[in-house]
Amino acid sequence: MPEMRMRDALREALREEMLRDETVFLMGEDIGAYGGSYAVTKGLLEEFGEERVKDTPIAESGIVGVGIGAAMAGLRPMVELMTINFSFLALDQIVNSAAKLYHMSNGQINVPMVVRMASGGGSQLAATHSHSLEGLYAHFPGLKVVCPSSPADAKGLLKRAFRDDNTVIFIEHTANYGLKGDVPDDPDFLIEFGQANVLREGSDVTLVGYSGSVHQATRAAVMLQEQEGISAEVIDLRTLRPLDIDTVIRSVQKTNRAVIVEDDWKFGGFAGELSAQIMERAFDWLDAPVARVCGKDVPMPYNRNLEFAALPSEEDVVEAVLAMF
Amino acid sequence: MDISNDTLLDLHHRMVRIRLFEEEAGKLQESGKVPGALHLYVGEEAVAAGVMSHLSAEDQITSTHRGHGHLVAKGGDLRKMYAELYGRSTGYCKGKGGSMHISDLDLGMLGANGIVGAGPPIAIGAAFSNKYRGTDRVTICFFGDGASNEGTFHEAANMAALFKLPVVFVCENNGFGEFTSQARHQAIKDVADRAAGYGMPGIITDGMDVLAVYEAAGEAIARARRGAGPSLLECKTYRFFDHVGVRGMGVVYREDAEVLEWRKRDPITLFESRLEEMGLLTTEAAAQVRERILFEIREAIAFAEASPFPAEGALMEDIYTVRGAAR
Repeated sequence: MPEMRMRDALREALREEMLRDETVFLMGEDIGAYGGSYAVTKGLLEEFGEERVKDTPIAESGIVGVGIGAAMAGLRPMVELMTINFSFLALDQIVNSAAKLYHMSNGQINVPMVVRMASGGGSQLAATHSHSLEGLYAHFPGLKVVCPSSPADAKGLLKRAFRDDNTVIFIEHTANYGLKGDVPDDPDFLIEFGQANVLREGSDVTLVGYSGSVHQATRAAVMLQEQEGISAEVIDLRTLRPLDIDTVIRSVQKTNRAVIVEDDWKFGGFAGELSAQIMERAFDWLDAPVARVCGKDVPMPYNRNLEFAALPSEEDVVEAVLAMF
Repeated sequence: MDISNDTLLDLHHRMVRIRLFEEEAGKLQESGKVPGALHLYVGEEAVAAGVMSHLSAEDQITSTHRGHGHLVAKGGDLRKMYAELYGRSTGYCKGKGGSMHISDLDLGMLGANGIVGAGPPIAIGAAFSNKYRGTDRVTICFFGDGASNEGTFHEAANMAALFKLPVVFVCENNGFGEFTSQARHQAIKDVADRAAGYGMPGIITDGMDVLAVYEAAGEAIARARRGAGPSLLECKTYRFFDHVGVRGMGVVYREDAEVLEWRKRDPITLFESRLEEMGLLTTEAAAQVRERILFEIREAIAFAEASPFPAEGALMEDIYTVRGAAR
């Protein structure tokens, strides 16, 4: 199994799907001649040509709308929006059309489109370029929301997204693009949606994360084991919709404690949803209230120290766990 | 213009079918039988008829919130349309979409749209697909003067020209964006002026004259079909009824005199006079056309009223498709 970075694993998924299915085409800002803002589509214009790798104007709503129309008319578009923060410009098309058309049309119209976007802070790009808003998209029925945390997952989930006949919002954490890992080269390697991954088994507390926050959770688990002798189980949700709540509940029934870790804002966020579902289904197993370690409720500052303070760290996770014992 | 007698009579038939469908729909709403918001197309029939006459079921259209006329002109099933307005399970969308969201993929009708300006990018996507797959299909994007102020229209126009796509933007300039007159919502008089900014032709035509629309649309559609790129066709027309519902007269946002002036150029009356001059239609024949269509409409309304509402189990259906999930 070759080792590669997540950006290369994503590119492999795109390549393989384009080779497999000629209705797959790519469109987005800077994806062609430049190779993509995060170099995910590098070389694909040269390999597949202008018809299948389209540089677009900077026009997020327009691009997503074109993707929807193309999907309605028989193609399988992949639309890249550079960052999730820019996707607000396309929110009407994503929510009012892509998510709703299947229901609204009595199942006549489905929109098999993959919308890729980057999320996450840590690069001093300030408030319009640094947020993680996976939970926002998970709020809308009709969308599927995928947030990989590793190169292998990125490939298996992105390939799976192209086999789905619904719109898939595929969100990549910028801090993960350079991560290395073993990635299967089997062209039929797919990871099903709605299957959380237990990254580390433990008995005392369950740490739940996705995308970038899986890594804070994992580092915290190591610290808890080494420094406190606490055994933490780490669960990577991988997809927020569909959500594999069963795996989380089984874990909480074993450990009796849960901490949810995410970069997104705490107020009204996905951690709140997850916390409520744990409470609804595992209240009697809980030895402590479910804790949420999230981004601070503030637009992301530019300053290095303040940005760091706004994001959840492994120390924050450790602190939250210790407060439960 | 080379146009057969059959086509002339077909244009007339399409217009009358729209008019009667809408008048009956308006009555049903006023009597409380049909709920929701109806944006009726009365007064603008020449546009839908003149454009749709050039299309096959393979050609697509994106419609607007004022979309009944487009679907009727494209050959929509009146039974399914009325059933949709009634919210019944036999409607085009099982009554889940309602007036503003009727679609019929088999007829290439990609959907009425409750969001002003949401249609243009979708039309461009369909046109992209048509070109990508090497077909000679065209896509018509209907939009209004109001939507021409939305960013999505401009984004779509730019991409259509940039990618040289087989699409025709048909602006139904009825002088109002909802309840606000054109003079109060944009500084230009001709939406067609905007075409130049994107490097495509902008043509203005009389939207009350079905033959003018037919001719101008024919050229724009032929241009798109032969791969020469998009164009913008602005049809100057008028909404006889209100933005929503029927009334339209004695309202605060426009003068009755203006409405009466436009009604003198009723597209159906104008065309009927023309057909009579040409010896193709008599008063009696026109009355027979109306009677036949009214018969169809009455039957469609009876069908809708006899149809059941969807079972409650339908509520959570069709949120996600599982078609091809494991391909």
